Amino acid sequence: MPFIHFIDRMRKPERSSQYRTFWQYIHIDIGLLIGILLLTFLGLLILYSSSNQNIHVVNQQMIHIGLAFGVLFLFAQIPPMTYRRWAFWIYIISLILLIAVSLIGHVGKGAARWLTIGYVRFQPSEMMKLAIPMFLAWHYHKIHLPLTLRTVMVSAVIILIPALLTAKQPDLGTAILLVIAGGSVLLLAGLSWYVMTAFIAILGLSGPAVWYLLHDYQRQRVLTFLNPERDPLGAGYHIIQSKIAIGSGGLFGKGWLNGTQSHLHFLPEHSTDFIFAVCGEEFGFLGSVILITLFMAIIMRGLYITIKAQDTFCRLLAGSLTITFFISFFINMGMVTGILPVVGLPLPLVSYGGSSMITLMASFGILMSIQTHRKLLTT
Amino acid sequence: MQRIAIKNHIQEIQLITQRCITVFMMMMILIGLLIARLAYLQLVNHTLYTTLSKKNWLDLTPIEPTRGLIYDRNGILLAENIPIFSLDVIPNKITYFPHMLAEIGKIIPLSDNDISQFQKQLKQHRRFDEITLKLRLTEAEVARFSENQYRFPGLLVKARLIRHYPLANSLSHVLGYVGRINTDELRHINPTNYSATHYIGKLGIEKFYEDQLHGTVGYEQAENDASGQAIRILNKIKPIPGKNLHLTLDSKLQLAAEQALSGHRGAIVAIQPKTGDLLALVSEPSYDPTVFVDGMSNEDYQRLQTSPDRPLYNRALRGLYPFASPIKPFIALEGLNSGIASPDFTLFDPGWYKLPNSQHFFHDWRPHGHGTVNLTKAIASSCDIYFYDLGHKLGIQRIDDILTVFGFGQLTGIDMGEELPGVVASPAWKRKTKGVAWYEGDTINSAIGQGYMQTTPLQLAAGVATIANRGIRHTPHLLAYMEYANQAREFNQPKDPAPVTLRDDHDWEIVIHAMQEVITSPEGTGYHFGKLGPYTAAIKTGTAQVYSKKAHGLNEIADNQDSLPERLRNHSLLIAFAPVEKPTIAIAVIVENSNLASSIARQVMDYYLIGPPLVTLLPQTTNRKGTTANALHPFH
Repeated sequence: MPFIHFIDRMRKPERSSQYRTFWQYIHIDIGLLIGILLLTFLGLLILYSSSNQNIHVVNQQMIHIGLAFGVLFLFAQIPPMTYRRWAFWIYIISLILLIAVSLIGHVGKGAARWLTIGYVRFQPSEMMKLAIPMFLAWHYHKIHLPLTLRTVMVSAVIILIPALLTAKQPDLGTAILLVIAGGSVLLLAGLSWYVMTAFIAILGLSGPAVWYLLHDYQRQRVLTFLNPERDPLGAGYHIIQSKIAIGSGGLFGKGWLNGTQSHLHFLPEHSTDFIFAVCGEEFGFLGSVILITLFMAIIMRGLYITIKAQDTFCRLLAGSLTITFFISFFINMGMVTGILPVVGLPLPLVSYGGSSMITLMASFGILMSIQTHRKLLTT
Repeated sequence: MQRIAIKNHIQEIQLITQRCITVFMMMMILIGLLIARLAYLQLVNHTLYTTLSKKNWLDLTPIEPTRGLIYDRNGILLAENIPIFSLDVIPNKITYFPHMLAEIGKIIPLSDNDISQFQKQLKQHRRFDEITLKLRLTEAEVARFSENQYRFPGLLVKARLIRHYPLANSLSHVLGYVGRINTDELRHINPTNYSATHYIGKLGIEKFYEDQLHGTVGYEQAENDASGQAIRILNKIKPIPGKNLHLTLDSKLQLAAEQALSGHRGAIVAIQPKTGDLLALVSEPSYDPTVFVDGMSNEDYQRLQTSPDRPLYNRALRGLYPFASPIKPFIALEGLNSGIASPDFTLFDPGWYKLPNSQHFFHDWRPHGHGTVNLTKAIASSCDIYFYDLGHKLGIQRIDDILTVFGFGQLTGIDMGEELPGVVASPAWKRKTKGVAWYEGDTINSAIGQGYMQTTPLQLAAGVATIANRGIRHTPHLLAYMEYANQAREFNQPKDPAPVTLRDDHDWEIVIHAMQEVITSPEGTGYHFGKLGPYTAAIKTGTAQVYSKKAHGLNEIADNQDSLPERLRNHSLLIAFAPVEKPTIAIAVIVENSNLASSIARQVMDYYLIGPPLVTLLPQTTNRKGTTANALHPFH
């Protein structure tokens, strides 16, 4: 496979890792860091425009980014061994918190997602994004791969309990990501393609059953996805305006700060979930492709770290975090361009908002930890 | 155990690496899909989405052009646009109309008409169109509303221009009026050009010259945000105002004529013979055009419509009357032209006429006849017997021919529309409309303007103007010229119909002399009229029977007129032009159920040729009963 040679070539600079560099010493992966910095910088540029040049919003986002980088740095310092050791308890605590939130959760935006302890507000579903892959990776680390059917069943329960709890909050987007995060561990651990096909088939067939579980606004979103013109001023408005924003951008875009769809408020949620449409409008096809390329660079670095990781736990965790990151930005871009239904997922690192940014940076911290805590072994 | 573990370890590395590669390839496929989607939106359909985007934020607001003004021949303003305040409603901002109407009614009194008009408009317009609730707010009402505006989010006071007719009733039959565009008219107008216009000419000059008066719509291009608020004005195309119309009317003469006719039903048409300019066009009674501009209730409209005086009926153009004696000069001209009559021919009038093979007597209006009459005397004293004889000799074909070349029985082509053609009766016409044959008696009756012949005051005026011109015809018209915004003028040059040509032009003078005799000869039917005149005039009076005297068992019309119910009395008619040598005015007057045509015509002509009347010297006529203060005899 020629791809193997590509990966081999990626290994080359690591030959000199007989000693620790400064970056390894502070447990920062410079490749990942550059990608994240570029993306967050581009995100701030777009946010400045989409918020109608509201410097206050940009400052707020910079605080989020600063905090998130702190978390990243913190998580990068913790050796993978520690994560593995605590994986079980992290999952259990997250699950308890998630149950707690559905009992006593603070209701915000019609959805109970928050748990306030003192001055700190938790979103246990965000914690779950890390807890599920950690738990599964820890579990598969102990047993022999490939997976047995019994293991798969157990894993499914481990994934679905928090996912369903999250979906009931209701937060369909995060629930999907939880399933993705857990499923990707299964995938990497060699889940049989037959089982996967069967699972997807069951998922498809259970569609009508899921329909009854969905909240009314979620059903609206699905219907509107199938036909945005069904309700051009109501639920379909988002996607119609988003497509107009992107389509009117053309090859080179209308130019930074010149987007009419966002600046004149035709595009809803233009600083959060629909910020990619602003990018498409102002920077055009080229700008969007550049943004996607940056995302993909981070993905490639993540997969590289996965392949280079030293044990099964690290490989599965790194791979899962990378795949989850991919799915989260792909779902967002897919929904903004109208190829996926509107689920309330922000564009990671670009959309305005703090809580998902913290989780994301934590996962990058774990990736860096995996990359920089390698024992100087030759395998 | 250890061995197995190591083996598994290598196996696991291979497995995960392979899976990573597979996952990466799937990712690339998905990203390829995403980029293909972006290309589809941004490259393939770029034009479509650019249009949609522009439609979102670019807003073209049409600006109504100012309607052209209307002036009379002396530059007196007849129709203008005055600023008023109106209370407008944006329906989609109102949640509950009855409540809103009740609340606003406490601040600005609303009539039932306002509310019913509003509700009618509400049905015809889109929810975001502004609809007028009340026009012509007073300053106090505007002030009261401003104080309370915060309570009425969907209401606003707007300054706008509205059509105003300074002379009100005087010209309503000529100018017509503008009114709100109705659904029927919406189908016929150019929707783009009328996108900002609320009013359209409904009748008269306002309707006929609608295209010229309206102008061209302008635009304001504004950047709008999602809530529809204009952020800034990008571009402005000024509307082109409508052309100003300068009419041939002399509004002073119009007013004088109207005053002379006021209190009666009738019409006066005055034409400048040399040009065909209409100097006055009066139809009485008339109505106030303002109520049509503002919109009125159905009951008010019904009241106007069903009034026995028929104020909405334009008698000058649509009133169909028998010719009566004013037909005689035209018959005489045909007689002379055909050689059947000659100035020297005389006839003895015993007071009756009988066809050779008939027992039927045709009576003269004068019980015992006029004695020996020639053509001049026949016209001057309006001798029926002479014309029975002449008509019989001419035959209906020749009578129809001469009436047709003078333009009777056809539309005159006045620039107003609305007119009716009248009837030049012929055997074919009678067979077609009545289904019976033409009798010789019909020809006899036609010769004195009774029977089936019908004409309008406008046609009579145009006909007498042709006599004044010795045959040259002009299309009667109201528009002198149009004035553009840059003051360039476009003159109205209507196509003139073919002139009336006689074999001997002297025949004109014979007939005109006879018409002069009407007022100069002691036997003339207008002798009293003539005595007073300091100018020469050619005149023909007439009386049109409303009810056949036979049917009512009456033999003496004149004697019994005053005792008849008003609506059964005869109409009086008059055609005239003056001065005879160089005519400057030709006039037709019809007064329904009254004998005052002559005195009214006299007042109008005096006003035009001498100047404003010395009211004290000319005792005013008239009350409705037709008893006259200046006691002019009924003319025939």
